[in-house]
Amino acid sequence: MSGGPDNGAAAPGGRAGRRGARWLVLAIPYLWLLVFFLVPFFIVLKISLSMTALAMPPYVPVFDLAKGIDNVVAGIRQFTTDNYVWLIEDALYVRAYLSSLWIAAVSTFLLLVVGYPIAYGMARAPRRWQAMLVMMVILPFWTSFLIRVYAWIGILKKEGLLNQMLLALGVIDDPLTILNTNTAVYIGIVYSYLPFMVLPLYAALERMDDTLLEAAADLGCPPVQAFWKITFPLSMPGVIAGCFLVFIPVTGEFVIPDLLGGSETLMIGKTLWAEFFANRDWPVSSAVAVVLLVILVVPIVLFQNQEAKRAEREGR
Amino acid sequence: MGRRFSWFNAVSITAGFAFLYLPILLLVIYSFNESRLVTVWAGFSTKWYVEMLRNQALLDAAWVTIRVALISATVATVLGTMAAIALVRFGRFRGRSLFSGMIYAPLVMPDVITGLSLLLLFVAIGFDRGFWTIVLAHITFSMCFVAVVVQSRLVTFDRSLEEAALDLGCPPLKTFFVITLPIIAPAVIAGWMLGFTLSLDDLVIASFTTGPGATTLPMKIYSQVRLGVTPEINAVCTVLIGLVTLGVITASLIEKRRALRGQARAH
Repeated sequence: MSGGPDNGAAAPGGRAGRRGARWLVLAIPYLWLLVFFLVPFFIVLKISLSMTALAMPPYVPVFDLAKGIDNVVAGIRQFTTDNYVWLIEDALYVRAYLSSLWIAAVSTFLLLVVGYPIAYGMARAPRRWQAMLVMMVILPFWTSFLIRVYAWIGILKKEGLLNQMLLALGVIDDPLTILNTNTAVYIGIVYSYLPFMVLPLYAALERMDDTLLEAAADLGCPPVQAFWKITFPLSMPGVIAGCFLVFIPVTGEFVIPDLLGGSETLMIGKTLWAEFFANRDWPVSSAVAVVLLVILVVPIVLFQNQEAKRAEREGR
Repeated sequence: MGRRFSWFNAVSITAGFAFLYLPILLLVIYSFNESRLVTVWAGFSTKWYVEMLRNQALLDAAWVTIRVALISATVATVLGTMAAIALVRFGRFRGRSLFSGMIYAPLVMPDVITGLSLLLLFVAIGFDRGFWTIVLAHITFSMCFVAVVVQSRLVTFDRSLEEAALDLGCPPLKTFFVITLPIIAPAVIAGWMLGFTLSLDDLVIASFTTGPGATTLPMKIYSQVRLGVTPEINAVCTVLIGLVTLGVITASLIEKRRALRGQARAH
């Protein structure tokens, strides 16, 4: 570690001022994130425990900090777990959570299968090509997510381009129904999240030492076996990072299931959106969000630890 | 080292890039379609672009989006750079793990959760929802992306340059602007661009945090897409894709020229 807590304080003069400046550099972003990232979760938690009301905002405020501690205590007595009981009793929510996790798991696996050969090909490409290949993977990521999902509607529609092509080639006789099914959702997810999987895989594979494979070949190890014994284990950090980067956001995905999925597509992001915008039930949508967060907290913490460790390793 | 493409690698790269680029290419091609039916080709026409330019609601939404993106990317770049410096340079301060947690969590947090929680915050503190609440929300998630991008540049940074300046009596703030900032500039610029496009792109968080009168372009596109696919939307998308591609290519050319100039100076 190069950064002790007191580095930079060696030069004489202005120590107090420098301490102050240092303090500000940390305090401003810290406070910002506390106010706009952490505190809101507690508000969501609070509202998930309050009752629904036909008003604006559409919930009964549980307590008001400004009215003193008695009010808070009285408010906490009023906390209701009705919204959570509702979530458990209505099979729709339970099924939506399970189906989201299942769709996210399958998508992550598909992304790994599709992304690995691309990342592998990039890492083994001639050196002078690699910067351009990386840039070409990133470029679609810069263009709007919504646009990329929208592009698939025109392709997957019943009278869409894919069906037209397959009919013209004589592969099928009747147009396939792909849009508004789970298949379309999988296609959309794999397409939209591909850069998030390819880039960490590429970063891991690119660092690999070629001589290891040469040594294996010299010792008579067949290439396929060498891949599973050497390349794949060495690329594990990339595999793990890529899987976290796609699994967590896909579980709460809204745009893709909404635009490409159909009535059979149950995903919790869609349920939350409908609960909030169509039913205007803020307490229930808050409870949906709290439960989703509880489900995702383990993968999120694992992801944070891994990223923090990686950042430290690179600093050494 | 003269590595060549093996056929397996060449095929997987080609197939992968075809998969990534074909849908976008088709979208662009069909924006020039004469017919209202998006999937039937009826000849070349630019009429949908004319239509788009006449659609005042669409242009207003585009203007709102650009202003939100400019303000939020700029503030997020300042805050994110500060956060990155704190993470890389301040060692093990108290509350560090909470801080780094709050930097990494928004990167993967589902949009619906972030959007809902910010909306409830704004309602709880009685902040009028609209343009500025979208800006605040976008600053919050963009700054985390900026922090990660700048951090990765800072950890590979040669500290001896800074130390030399400080030893020669250069004040720390000046050292930062004269030495540190020019060296980490590519990452800071990349962070700004990332923040800008993330803001340009966001549908879910903006939908939750907006109020009356502030409709962003993604919200407009989304509501029209729900009604059906139209060539006009293809035209809007093509313009957006063109602008972003131009921006990315310009940025990479500038970076390349900088690198070449640096090499020339070293000789």
